[in-house]
Amino acid sequence: MNPVWRSQLLTIVRLELKRNFLRVRGLWVYLLAFAPTVIIALHAITSHGRCNLEEDTNIFAGIFQLFTLRLAIFFGCMGIFTRMFRGEMMEKSLHYYFLTPVRRELLVLGKYIAGVIAAICIFGSSVLIGFAFINGHFGSEGTNFVFHGPGLGQLGSYLLVTVLACIGYGALFLLMGLMFRNPIIPAVVILLWESVDNVLPALLKKFSVIFYLLPLCPVEVPVQGISGLFTVIAEPLPSYLSIPGLLCVSVLLLVWASRKIRVLEINYGTD
Amino acid sequence: MMNTDQLIVFENVSKFYGDVLGVNRVNLAIGPGVTSLVGPNGSGKTTLMNLMTGLIFPTKGRMRVLGLSPQDPERFFRLVGYCTQFDSFPRGVTGREFIYDSLRLFGLNHDDAVRRTQESIDRVSMNEAADRKIAGYSKGMRQRMRLAQSISHHPRVLVLDEPLNGLDPMARAESMALFSSLGKEGMHLIISSHILHEVDRISDQVLLLNSGYVVAEGQIHGVRDEVKDQPMQIMVRCSNPNLLAAKLFAHDHIVEAKVTPDKKGLFVRTRDAGSFYTLLHEIVLEGSLELEAVAPADDDVNSVYQYLIGTEGANV
Repeated sequence: MNPVWRSQLLTIVRLELKRNFLRVRGLWVYLLAFAPTVIIALHAITSHGRCNLEEDTNIFAGIFQLFTLRLAIFFGCMGIFTRMFRGEMMEKSLHYYFLTPVRRELLVLGKYIAGVIAAICIFGSSVLIGFAFINGHFGSEGTNFVFHGPGLGQLGSYLLVTVLACIGYGALFLLMGLMFRNPIIPAVVILLWESVDNVLPALLKKFSVIFYLLPLCPVEVPVQGISGLFTVIAEPLPSYLSIPGLLCVSVLLLVWASRKIRVLEINYGTD
Repeated sequence: MMNTDQLIVFENVSKFYGDVLGVNRVNLAIGPGVTSLVGPNGSGKTTLMNLMTGLIFPTKGRMRVLGLSPQDPERFFRLVGYCTQFDSFPRGVTGREFIYDSLRLFGLNHDDAVRRTQESIDRVSMNEAADRKIAGYSKGMRQRMRLAQSISHHPRVLVLDEPLNGLDPMARAESMALFSSLGKEGMHLIISSHILHEVDRISDQVLLLNSGYVVAEGQIHGVRDEVKDQPMQIMVRCSNPNLLAAKLFAHDHIVEAKVTPDKKGLFVRTRDAGSFYTLLHEIVLEGSLELEAVAPADDDVNSVYQYLIGTEGANV
């Protein structure tokens, strides 16, 4: 990489990381990420041996798939990534970047990398701590499960899914922030789309991020209730396809975002 | 004739915001020195500046700054600095951090960025407040810090949108001196301002805009000469203004000749300044009066503004 580009990229990442982690307005992302961790911690403290490891493993899987993945990471990435351009337009500070000799594509890349690092740190640590709590209160049984059983593998899978979710949703919401003046409305549409993924026909499922992520989760959460009636079973993608598939889609979204930013005008009055 | 690589060139540039006109069919070639953009609110000054710095793109036409296009940001923005009218900053930064971070984006290493940051802070006399959060600055301090940021990378073209807004008289005088010295250093300095008498003092040329059109451009004296329908106003200080008035009235091009209240000067309005000066020369040679001073009374931006655009905003 051109040394000037590298230096500029590192500067953008440094500036954006500072903003992502220390922004007071971003406090809700931490609350969203660590809400299940707090609940799991309270459960671990108050259970006093009344539950078993298998049951708690399933509970953790349910929390991860239904809350962390579908809501916390989704909304967290929305907050982090749509703000990157749209937020700066609102704060009337984006022109400072545009008036420097930084290629706009490099700006997209730098902001994206900083966003992905921030999202992975926040949600990854939430998953890690939650996993430690849910297994930790079983003492030696939990230690055996983690270090001599499937536990460590499960943790690796949860972290992999978290990383991929941050990469996928990050690219999607970065583009949304460049395409829409109010990204909330398309975000709600995407949320609905992702929520009804299980009842979508097999072909349409492929157009959702969750379709690529769920098969990578180590513990299956059974679909219960009325939605179970409408669930369409689709052949899950093997990980050697779903992981590169998601990465390719993310790259395409970033290329699209780079094309959008090349023609973006600073016109705060109308934004 | 100056090479286009030394000029800011607009070739038939138009900018529309949907159906709303920003600027229309602008053809310009701006050379080094101080150029003032003057015009009422909504005349297209900021649009022209935003086009010049690549923050917006022309709907039609082509624009080049020193031969470069904003589509080539890596070279373009090393030459161009822009102090916008937007009174906003990245959140939570100090003045020093604001400039330092900007310089790092120019690819400067830490030491060079620190040195240049200090240099630009010194240039706008903001040393004492530089390490405080910008959120606590007054409007004038924020203005000066934005100015410092825009000059920190030593641009050859500096675009300043209302740079005197919010400044107290002392800071205003310092800024004017800074602009003047930058212009003398050979920089292209493009300034928009409502404070016409101050603009007048430092401008090498003026660009008058109204409703999205360039209505006049060039050196202020030349622009004034082109306003044929408004008689030229000239103040003459002499030993016998009554006699001078009597001699002048015999000529058709003299519209008005009024003795000043102190009886030591004559205010003249003439349709033909050239003939007036020849006539004055002849009268003085006759030896009937002694001349102390002769000066145009409306050969300034304010007067030209009033003649071409109207009185609104002219004396702001």
